[in-house]
Amino acid sequence: MFEWFLEDVYGAGMDTLAELTGVDMLGYPYMQRAYLAAVLIAVIGPLVGTFLVHREMSMISDTLAHTAFAGVAVGLFVNTTLSLSVPPMASALVVAVLTALFVEVLVEHAGEYTDSSLAIVLTGGFAVGSILITANDGGISVGIDAYLFGNLSTVSKENVGILTAMTAVVGSLVAVAYRPLLYVTFDATAARAAGLSVRWYKRLMVVLTAVVVVGAMQIMGVILVAGMVVIPVSAASLVASSFRRSVVLAVIAGEFAAVTGVTVAYVYGVAAGGSIVVAAIAVYLSVIGLGKAAGVGLSAYGEVSGRREDLEEVSADGGEG
Amino acid sequence: MIGSSHKEATSETSPEKVVSVDGVSFSHGDVPVLEDVSVDIEEGAFLGIVGPNGSGKSTLVEVMLGLRSPDSGSVRLFGERAVNFDDGERIAYVAQDATDTSRDMPVTVREVIRMGRYPRRLFGRFSEEDRRAVEKAMEEVGLEELSSRRVGRLSGGQRQRVFIARALAAEADLLALDEPTVGVDAESREEFYELLRDLNNGGMTVVLIEHDIGVVTEYADEIACINRRLYFDGDPSEFVETDALAEAYGKDQHVLSHDH
Repeated sequence: MFEWFLEDVYGAGMDTLAELTGVDMLGYPYMQRAYLAAVLIAVIGPLVGTFLVHREMSMISDTLAHTAFAGVAVGLFVNTTLSLSVPPMASALVVAVLTALFVEVLVEHAGEYTDSSLAIVLTGGFAVGSILITANDGGISVGIDAYLFGNLSTVSKENVGILTAMTAVVGSLVAVAYRPLLYVTFDATAARAAGLSVRWYKRLMVVLTAVVVVGAMQIMGVILVAGMVVIPVSAASLVASSFRRSVVLAVIAGEFAAVTGVTVAYVYGVAAGGSIVVAAIAVYLSVIGLGKAAGVGLSAYGEVSGRREDLEEVSADGGEG
Repeated sequence: MIGSSHKEATSETSPEKVVSVDGVSFSHGDVPVLEDVSVDIEEGAFLGIVGPNGSGKSTLVEVMLGLRSPDSGSVRLFGERAVNFDDGERIAYVAQDATDTSRDMPVTVREVIRMGRYPRRLFGRFSEEDRRAVEKAMEEVGLEELSSRRVGRLSGGQRQRVFIARALAAEADLLALDEPTVGVDAESREEFYELLRDLNNGGMTVVLIEHDIGVVTEYADEIACINRRLYFDGDPSEFVETDALAEAYGKDQHVLSHDH
């Protein structure tokens, strides 16, 4: 079913686009997969990132990405030693989700996220990963670079399939739980007093983050995953006139960075994750620059968009849920 | 309109009590924060809680709202055990510094006020009633003009009104505020307290933690003075005539007076 979509619908569409535009790379199946993966990542990264950034816990995405690397290493290690064929993405997902819940439960008892506790988990995860990889030399180190820095050409059909499923799950969960997530992000204490199960929504948040970083790992690389979660959101927050719009703007900024980054990576033969992050930072800086240049223009934007509020009111905060 | 619903739920022990704190003690690790404190809040009351910094005022309110579980003693909220209380829409809480956080978060006045309806409508479409409650709350605190402005870009006084409007939209029966006017200019503060008085006259029960004794004696109809223990609980006019304040604050404490 998914394969049919990937080849006969999406693939055929991209082939046509390649012919029409005369851009060859759009016709290569592996590049088609890379673009699709990047586009999906740029939806879920900023989507979940918007809640994370405004709860001031964006570093958790970096932490979980590094423990996801340990998950990859576990998968490769188990495969080599026990002759299994566990997809590294699956073992990464399991390890990242477990770590996310572990960190969250720890926080529930200790009070707050601290830099040092996140640093311990981050380096610890990465340390375990590096040990497992070097303990079993030979075939295992193959492809590690792809997970560290991201790689366009290794995005398999299977991986795109998993990523599509992840996007659907993350997207619908955020859509359904939009209101409680927003309330918890904005004012967790009041949300708790108002009877929301704040603890469960916080857990949901970190689990979604784990899913996002694992999904994004293949293109972005574990080291740069946080960039896709944080930078588009920061750019959007500067100009967005409401929370709802900031989510949309962050996804747009993310898409721009993802498509630009993948294209640059192919054309110049450089790392995709790096190009995407640099493109995202370029967006962020341009927004600041334009804001400075416009000066009063920024507040004028607020006024103008204010009048459109009535139109959007009907669909405000998650009517789809 | 405010406080008119849910009367039937308060039947269990004493129908007129919104909060009943009985012999409550609480400690953070080895540090005692509250010792044998008993306070009741009647329906429609305006209770001011005063005490020096670190005297356990915030903890007391958190215990009242069921956000913290006391080490000993009992706390009832609308007749139910506070920690098990699950009728969250009846309670609105503006925590200390709540209004200061998320300055950079792009959330509008309307988006925040709509949160007041979330306990009733966490999923699914807002009903006509939900929308009306939001609009009405916005009008009552005079924020219609600012409805699509980002909360972080409002003045301190305006931001406070957003949080009050959220409580109004919730049609909460109990509003608890923890030092809500820190960093708000004097004129806005007075307006803010007048607004609280109006809400209270409309039937909403109010609990206010306030470091400015003058404000409390002027607006509250009951004062609880604590510093770990309860030093006074009663009428404001009696409070100023007792030594409770001096005792609670210690001899040479500097006490804020009303001439701000």
